[in-house]
Amino acid sequence: MSPSSLLFTSSPHVHSGDSIPRIMEMVIWALLPATILSILVFGWPALLVIAITTLAAMVTEYLLLKIRARPSTLGDRSAALTGLLLALTLPPHSPWWICVAGAVFAVLLGKQVYGGLGFNVFNPALISRVFLLISFPVEMTTWPQPVGLFGDAALSLGNALALIFTGHLSPGEVMDAVSSATPLGQYHVEVISLGKTVQEAMGGSYSFNYLNATGGLIAGSLGETSALLLALGGIYLIKKRIITWHIPVSMLAGCLVPATIFWMVDGTHYPDPIFHLVTGGLVLGVFYMATDLVTSPVTPLGQIIFGAGCGLLTYIIRTWGGYPEGVSFAIVIMNATVPLLDQYTRPVVYGKAKKKA
Amino acid sequence: MGIVASVLKKFHGGVHPAGHKELTERCAIESMPMPKRLVIPLHQHLGAPSEPVVKVGDKVFKGDLLGKEGGFVSAAVHAPTSGTVREILEHPIAHPSGLTMPCVVIEPDGQDTWNPQLKGVDDPLSLDPVDIRDRIKGAGIVGLGGATFPSFIKMSPPRDKVVDLLLINAVECEPYLTCDARLMEERSREVVEGIRIMLHALQTKQCIIGIEANKPAAIEIMQKAVAGETNIQVVTLPVMYPQGAEKQLIEVVTGRQVPSKGLPVDIGVIVHNVATAVAIRNAIQLGQPLLKRIVTVTGRGIVRPANLEVLIGTLVDDVLAYCGGLKPDTVKVVMGGPMMGLALYQTNVPVVKGTSGILALLRNEAPESKEHVCIRCGSCVQACPIQLVPCSMAWFAKTDQIDQLPGVDLFDCIECGSCAYVCPANIPLVHYFRYGKLSWQAKERENKKRELTKQRTQSREERLAREKEEKERKKEEMKAKMAAKKSGGAAADEKTEAKPAVNKTGSTKEPAATESKSGGDDKATRAAKAALAAKAAKAAKEAKSAQGSES
Ligand code: SF4
Ligand code: SF4
Repeated sequence: MSPSSLLFTSSPHVHSGDSIPRIMEMVIWALLPATILSILVFGWPALLVIAITTLAAMVTEYLLLKIRARPSTLGDRSAALTGLLLALTLPPHSPWWICVAGAVFAVLLGKQVYGGLGFNVFNPALISRVFLLISFPVEMTTWPQPVGLFGDAALSLGNALALIFTGHLSPGEVMDAVSSATPLGQYHVEVISLGKTVQEAMGGSYSFNYLNATGGLIAGSLGETSALLLALGGIYLIKKRIITWHIPVSMLAGCLVPATIFWMVDGTHYPDPIFHLVTGGLVLGVFYMATDLVTSPVTPLGQIIFGAGCGLLTYIIRTWGGYPEGVSFAIVIMNATVPLLDQYTRPVVYGKAKKKA
Repeated sequence: MGIVASVLKKFHGGVHPAGHKELTERCAIESMPMPKRLVIPLHQHLGAPSEPVVKVGDKVFKGDLLGKEGGFVSAAVHAPTSGTVREILEHPIAHPSGLTMPCVVIEPDGQDTWNPQLKGVDDPLSLDPVDIRDRIKGAGIVGLGGATFPSFIKMSPPRDKVVDLLLINAVECEPYLTCDARLMEERSREVVEGIRIMLHALQTKQCIIGIEANKPAAIEIMQKAVAGETNIQVVTLPVMYPQGAEKQLIEVVTGRQVPSKGLPVDIGVIVHNVATAVAIRNAIQLGQPLLKRIVTVTGRGIVRPANLEVLIGTLVDDVLAYCGGLKPDTVKVVMGGPMMGLALYQTNVPVVKGTSGILALLRNEAPESKEHVCIRCGSCVQACPIQLVPCSMAWFAKTDQIDQLPGVDLFDCIECGSCAYVCPANIPLVHYFRYGKLSWQAKERENKKRELTKQRTQSREERLAREKEEKERKKEEMKAKMAAKKSGGAAADEKTEAKPAVNKTGSTKEPAATESKSGGDDKATRAAKAALAAKAAKAAKEAKSAQGSES
């Protein structure tokens, strides 16, 4: 056989078939049930928010690479995933410009300025959410009651379009359930600021129901809703070896262990760990945000420390911080420690273990 | 407690590539017909090349020496059949950079006549271990698993090391390959005979044959073959790549790790490939040097996959032709297994002692794919059996940050390819590691050269300084002599005279002390002290320069 016709590449000559698009697609698949549920729970506006954000992220990626005259990376699906993840952190009635601004920020400043996928330091979706939260605190903390897609209180598609694109409903229409507090917001205002007990706060004007919270029928951002479906998706990802158990387990422990301790010491001022687990973005953060491959450590020990830090910071911010929800901040802060963690948590190399005495 | 762990341990990481052994596992070993030409490289082993001992036109017998060892880590090369030496030339061989090597070309005479002087031993166990080692060395036997390390070295453990365990590597964890499995199925008696000889030569009491569970036929046959042996045991291992890597196999069986930069013998283990055992048996019992080996010719690009017994020096082209040739869609031909084998640039290269397989991959088996950026997924970290962080090693190598490479333990990498196998970004990690290793070695050579030049200049400077000191000392002596010629009461003068020498050498204490002690008129002592001081200064200087070169 003539020399030039043979491939002369380095070993190994077989490959597992794993690829970046496949990983991204798996994560999107894992998110799908919870995404669909959030649309069922929050109705047409939710669908619009998700569609606009995801599309905007993809368009931004496409245009940026066009400008930089680089080959398109839309095929790797990471822009779509970033858009979807960002959408899931937004309030269900977010106006269109929040969605677009968030998506552009995530892809441009969260990812491409660093040189694209693989080089970004912070989780693009979360850094963008933090940006939105600081820049547009009102829009980012307006939580509508879950009214469903088809129920009596549900908005029609026309109304939803009007709401998202103009900020109010079609003329002559009035929204029934305008807004409410998230359980964490409730806790933050009533217990932390007003000094009530947990029981008073949750049993009063707002009745907190664990089953609803687990199933996703409570106020909150799109992806904060169904802890159960998100967790199932996360377990699927671990099963499929897209992510490992290290970050989810350590992050849950980092948040729930202190929650349990404080609750046992003073149950009137500190809500129980289940409350922390099923409310807010903890489960979304645990399985989909903290585990973002690019912005988490590559070593097992590094992942455990990283996860524990994320969980602990989440609890600290929720309990003593200025914001009701701390998952995004916690993860973004821990993202900054990743290079250091990677450097100092390298495994013990074969044959270099210290001899036992 | 023996060295063998009571339960099998698991080594870290590892991958599960598809086996593809079904292509050839039922193909009995066939002898390939004599080719028209044999091209025998003089360098087919780890270490120094052999030196040719024949010339063009020589008639050789089968088993005649063609090249003798060129160094300690080296192996002899023999004529695989009888015939005429036609050429000694640079011929393409399987090499990562597509290089050529000096090869001896033999035209077989078709008689296949053995050198009549080659004789085996009827009772190998009566031989002295040293004698066995010499015979193994003379037979040019190298590790047949692919690493091609000269076997006699492994059979000569250092005197201060006790070998507790002979581990026979019959794992064959590389996908596609079945040559070791077939060997065990068809020649189990020879394997056991070889093991007995090795145990005797090593003066070792225990042998374990490690076979992966995906070779049930071989396991059954080997178990039967060792049934009567009290000190040989067959152990079935779970399937996991790279279990056949020496370090991993040792870890699984003994639960211990070979120290980094160390050898298995450091923890009392010697590992030999199962085919090596048969080669050793043939060398001792039949007197046959290593002339042939079993090669699995496989892959979906091969028309008729087979296990062939092939003479060393047979061209891959001839082997492929014998197996019906390549299918048109073949894009890659690999020598060895798919995980660690070498892609061939051209197929007119000879089969060598380390050729365990010839693998032809179709386009869809060997997807040529683009390298993406690392997404830091950590899959490579999970897969690495040595517990390295492949993504950082590759990054440093790729960006030429050569100084960082030892810090990330690049040199512990066994190039098993597990990391690259799983990498979703398709980064050719092993390629970067090889590149990194070569770059580091090149840099080391540079440094050594510079160090040598520095040392030369330094020693020249030192010599000049010494000469100067010598002159000064002579002057001093002259002065001392003159002083001695003067009257006895000149102690004060001596003190001032001694001073310059003291200052110059920089160590003021000792000479000053001697002055007060000697009290003056002992000129011999004084001269000796001056010399001593000069010596001390030189020693100090040397120590300093040594420190400098270390840092
Ligand atoms: S497997 Fe590939 S993409 Fe993943 S961390 Fe390692 S080098 Fe990077
Ligand atoms: S090739 Fe080297 S770095 Fe990669 S898995 Fe094997 S030993 Fe580890």
